[in-house]
Formats: sequence, structure tokens, C-alpha cells
Amino acid sequence: MQVPARFDYEVAASVEEAIRLLERHGPEARLLAGGHSLIPMMKLRLAFPETLIDIHELDGELRYIREEDGALEIGALARHQDVLDSEVVRERYPILWDAETMIADPLVRNMGTVGGSLAHGDPAEDLPAAFMALGCEVVARGPGGERTIPIDELQTGPFETVLDPAEIIVGARILRAPQGSAYTKVKRRTGDYASAAIGVALNISDGEIRDAGIGMCAVGGQTLRARGAEEILEGQRPNMELYKRAGERAAEESEPSEDARGPVEYKRDLVKVLVVRALEKAVERAGGGA
Amino acid sequence: MRISMNVNGQTREADVEPRLLLVHFVRDVLELTGTHWSCDTSNCGACTVQLDGEPVKSCTVLAVRANGHEVTTIEGIWSGTELTPMQEGFRQEHGLQCGFCTPGMILTATAFLENNPDPTEAEIREAISGNLCRCTGYENIIKAVQWAANSREGVSV
Ligand SMILES: Cc1cc2nc3c(=O)[nH]c(=O)nc-3n(C[C@H](O)[C@H](O)[C@H](O)COP(=O)(O)OP(=O)(O)OC[C@H]3O[C@@H](n4cnc5c(N)ncnc54)[C@H](O)[C@@H]3O)c2cc1C
Ligand code: FES
Ligand code: FES
Repeated sequence: MQVPARFDYEVAASVEEAIRLLERHGPEARLLAGGHSLIPMMKLRLAFPETLIDIHELDGELRYIREEDGALEIGALARHQDVLDSEVVRERYPILWDAETMIADPLVRNMGTVGGSLAHGDPAEDLPAAFMALGCEVVARGPGGERTIPIDELQTGPFETVLDPAEIIVGARILRAPQGSAYTKVKRRTGDYASAAIGVALNISDGEIRDAGIGMCAVGGQTLRARGAEEILEGQRPNMELYKRAGERAAEESEPSEDARGPVEYKRDLVKVLVVRALEKAVERAGGGA
Repeated sequence: MRISMNVNGQTREADVEPRLLLVHFVRDVLELTGTHWSCDTSNCGACTVQLDGEPVKSCTVLAVRANGHEVTTIEGIWSGTELTPMQEGFRQEHGLQCGFCTPGMILTATAFLENNPDPTEAEIREAISGNLCRCTGYENIIKAVQWAANSREGVSV
């Protein structure tokens, strides 16, 4: 029987109180959102927080998905299922919808949160890769007030982020919807994390790809951006030859390691194929077919 | 910590350690053993209960998290006199073999039909994809959910 080690438990009644509790209990305190990353780690004794500060009562403050001045704002306590259920997401940010259909299973999606996905810093977590393609901002609040962290700067290593111990993610903001976007993933079965997954978001004007964002999940020590592949695409007319070149480049930029999901070669091949598939779909959705 | 929650329509209170998982609270403290406990790794869904009406894996939820909330277990699905359409569907369509996954399947599928009363087969497969049946009797489980979707009212036994 797997049981977490002992810890003290507090329930925060507001974001401000959560920050105060984090300050009071020090660096061995952790926030508890959906608990679907943290509790399994605590059961396996891979994590031993001294204090858990439960933020689930903050739904009123932090559970929302809304468009504001053309930007998409997703609250930290939005559940994976809320993202799937959102009309705005489905119509304007299909990359997030694609990703959510492939995250875990419906039961996990009822508990897991967007904020937890970002804060956990797990390189196999899908949303950070999708958000990286979209170029989102992470909004965090701490004792010193609120700040905005570009998604590219959030993670510093496996399960490590730039968040201060007393900081809480309040939400993610995407300034502008891309014309086309898609998320593709290979996993061994439902409920398993990605063997590899790729998110693409792009804009097309005058028949040329104006800008492209590519996020890579589970093929490195942290969520990766395929900058070289993005550059290959920019200013070019979409076509299969181009997608393949971008895929080759992204595979070179990936840093997979061998594990139960397969050897390095295999994962690089997955990157190649998934980049092509995501590009095809994103371009089609942008209405700029090859 | 003192907790109080509504379980199957009744207020239940207890003193628990914060690290106690909801599945053990339900099974060992409340002695509602219809909720099964199996993989312990958040994969199988045997431990499914409804938390505020949504199916969740109770081996991955702290009992203290449910403080002040509503929990429904398989015991709360049975009214005492009538099978629900979902239970009757499982009976009619032989939706269980050993029965181990059945409480979780019924809690998941019941909540699913409330949100989506007229699902396609693909939607049903997706909805139960977090609940594993070790007897692999998925075809009949899907038929059972379809049976429940097609029947409008509870069926007396
Ligand atoms: C069986 C299973 C399969 C899964 N498969 C996938 C998958 O395929 N893809 C995928 O992406 N994910 C997967 N997950 C992970 C799941 O999506 C997580 O629930 C989610 O990613 C983390 O959210 P949470 O709310 O559960 O976080 P928690 O577990 O509550 O927290 C995770 C970490 O983030 C911190 N934290 C949480 N919220 C905040 C905040 N607002 N501010 C600052 N820090 C915070 C916590 O202190 C903790 O350190 C799976 C989980 C399970 C159990
Ligand atoms: S015992 Fe909870 S998911 Fe298997
Ligand atoms: S009926 Fe035996 S596990 Fe499903």
C-alpha cells in the first residue's frame, strides 16, 4: 500500500493567504492543486513536502477561461476538462484542445489543473509544450506582487522552474490566437505520458508562413522549443518538402533519452513524423493548404 | 484533522491524518467497500468515486480534500428499491464478469450520461478510458452504457 509520508495540511481561502502560508511554512511547503502529479510522487516517496497548502477552494478566483482584449486567459485552477469544454479553445486554440484530448484520461482530467501542469516542470507534461508553441505568458504572484514569466523561461531543468518558493501561478495568458495550430502525440496507451509530442502554432500571410512556434514534449530534460525548425519555416510557402526539413531539424534539436518508451533513435524519428503531421494540420486549419 | 463531508446523502465525520487517501477513508473508516482499490498508481479507475458529481480516482485524492464536499460511492447509486438505468444496463447486457471494475465503471458512466445523454460509441469508449476492465469485457460494458442511454426511466426490479 502506497501512503505519503506525514505532512501538515492547510487550506488557503484566498491567493493572498496562500502566499502568506507559503512564506510562513518556508521552502518545504508545497501548494496542492489537483494533486494528480504531486500525490503520486508523494505516494512513491519521491516528494516529501512538510506542509501542503491546498488551493482547491480558490476556484472562485482562479478557475476561469476567458478572452480579454483579444487575449486568452486561463486561470491556474482551470481543470483539463474545462479546457476541453471551452468553445473559445476549440475554435481559436485547437492546439490546446488537441492536447487535452490526449492528456491522461477523463478521470484525471477532472482533477488535474493548468497551473499544476505548468508549475510541476515535468518535461513529459503536454500543456507546457502547447503553450510554448503559442508563446504564452505565465502570470505568478508572490510576496512582492505579480510578475509575468515568458513560457520559454519558466522551466530551468527537470521538475525545476524559476518560481520562488512563495510564488503561486495565477494563470496563463496568450496574447493572440494563431491562425493555425495543432498538437500531435504518440503514447503507448491511454493514461500514459507521451513517448514524444509536438505542438505547432503559426500564422500565414500572402501564402507564406509569417511566424511559427514549435514546442516539444518528452524529448529532453525540459520542454523544448525547436528554434531552428521554426526559422526554416518562416517566410516560406507551406509544402511537404518544407515540413520534412523542419521535422529533420527539430529531431536534431531534440534531446531524448532512452527509457521504457523507446530508444533515442526511435524518439527522434517520432519528432520528425510528428512535426510533419502537426504542420499539415496547423496549415490546413489556417486555411493556407499546401 | 476533523473532517465532515456528505457521503451518499449522509453527513459523515471523522478525525483523520491529512495523508489518508480518500479511497482508504471510504473503505476502512466508513466501511463502504464497494469502492475498490487496486493499482494504487492512478491508472486503473477501480477506486472511482464521484466528488461533487464528477468521477475521480480516490486513490489520488486526500480524504481532507473532500472536507465540506459531496462524495458518492457505488453504495449511493443504489436507491434501495430500484436499479438505476445504468445498473440495469449492466445486468441486461452482461456488462460485468468478475465485477471488480464495475463500481468504477458505473460511477464514471453515470456521470458521463448526465453530461452527454445521447453519446456515440466512440464517445463512450473515450469516457470509460480511465477505467480498466481486467476481464476485458469492454464490448458489453459499452452495450450496457448504450442500454442506459436508450432507456429513459429507472427500471423496477
Ligand atoms: C495516470 C495519470 C496520467 C497522466 N497523464 C498525463 C499526460 O499524458 N500528459 C500530461 O500533461 N499530464 C498527465 N498527467 C498529469 C496531470 O495532468 C496532472 O494532474 C497535472 O499535470 C498537474 O496538475 P495538478 O493540478 O494535479 O498539480 P498538483 O499535483 O497539485 O501540483 C503539481 C506541482 O505544481 C505545484 N503547483 C500546483 N498548482 C500551482 C500553482 N497554481 N502555482 C504554483 N505551483 C503550483 C504543486 O506544488 C506541485 O509541486 C497524468 C496524471 C496521472 C495521475
Ligand atoms: S486504485 Fe486508484 S486508479 Fe487504481
Ligand atoms: S468485470 Fe472483471 S475487471 Fe471488469
